[in-house]
Amino acid sequence: MIELIWNALSWTLLLTGGFCLLVGGIGLLRLPDFFTRVHAAGVTDTMGAGAILVGLMLQAGLTQASIKLVLIILFMLFTSPTASHALAQAALHGGLKPRLGEQREDSRSNT
Amino acid sequence: MFIAAAAAILVAMALAMIRVLLGPTVYDRILAVNVLGTKTVLIISVFGFLTERPDFLDIALVYALINFIGTIAILKFFEYGEAGFSNPEVTRDEERP
Repeated sequence: MIELIWNALSWTLLLTGGFCLLVGGIGLLRLPDFFTRVHAAGVTDTMGAGAILVGLMLQAGLTQASIKLVLIILFMLFTSPTASHALAQAALHGGLKPRLGEQREDSRSNT
Repeated sequence: MFIAAAAAILVAMALAMIRVLLGPTVYDRILAVNVLGTKTVLIISVFGFLTERPDFLDIALVYALINFIGTIAILKFFEYGEAGFSNPEVTRDEERP
């Protein structure tokens, strides 16, 4: 019985993670600007990866694999915000400007 | 259930790959490659559980580290035009007493 509950919990987490990965992928394709696409990548990195790895941890139980999964989650939680920050800063430094509300109307009238 | 998660990861990887190929600026491509690396880590771990060989987690751990370092290195290259070692400002700072 307890095993069934744990299995259902891990399946739910795996499916939630897969759904968030799909949402992040669609956002990466559909969003209009680079700085909005960083947000889609953030959804993928935190919610998708976190939910799938925690779901795998529930399947593994208290074994060595679980410790490795905790290490992977820790590395991802440290590195993915750092990479996103460095990306946004490099894009700003490289001359990319975020699309703001007023600029959008201007660019529409111009193009 | 592992198969469903693996299928979702593969579809999301295909979407990110389309963004890599389309991307208008180089930063879009770097972002999409970073996301692609994250999903590679995920699919390596899920595949390890799918085939009941948890040793794959070691590879996933190493891949997560390599992905981060590669992203930062490519970013630094594109931001400064080189990897930063022969930057004139840096050498000037080092020569300063």
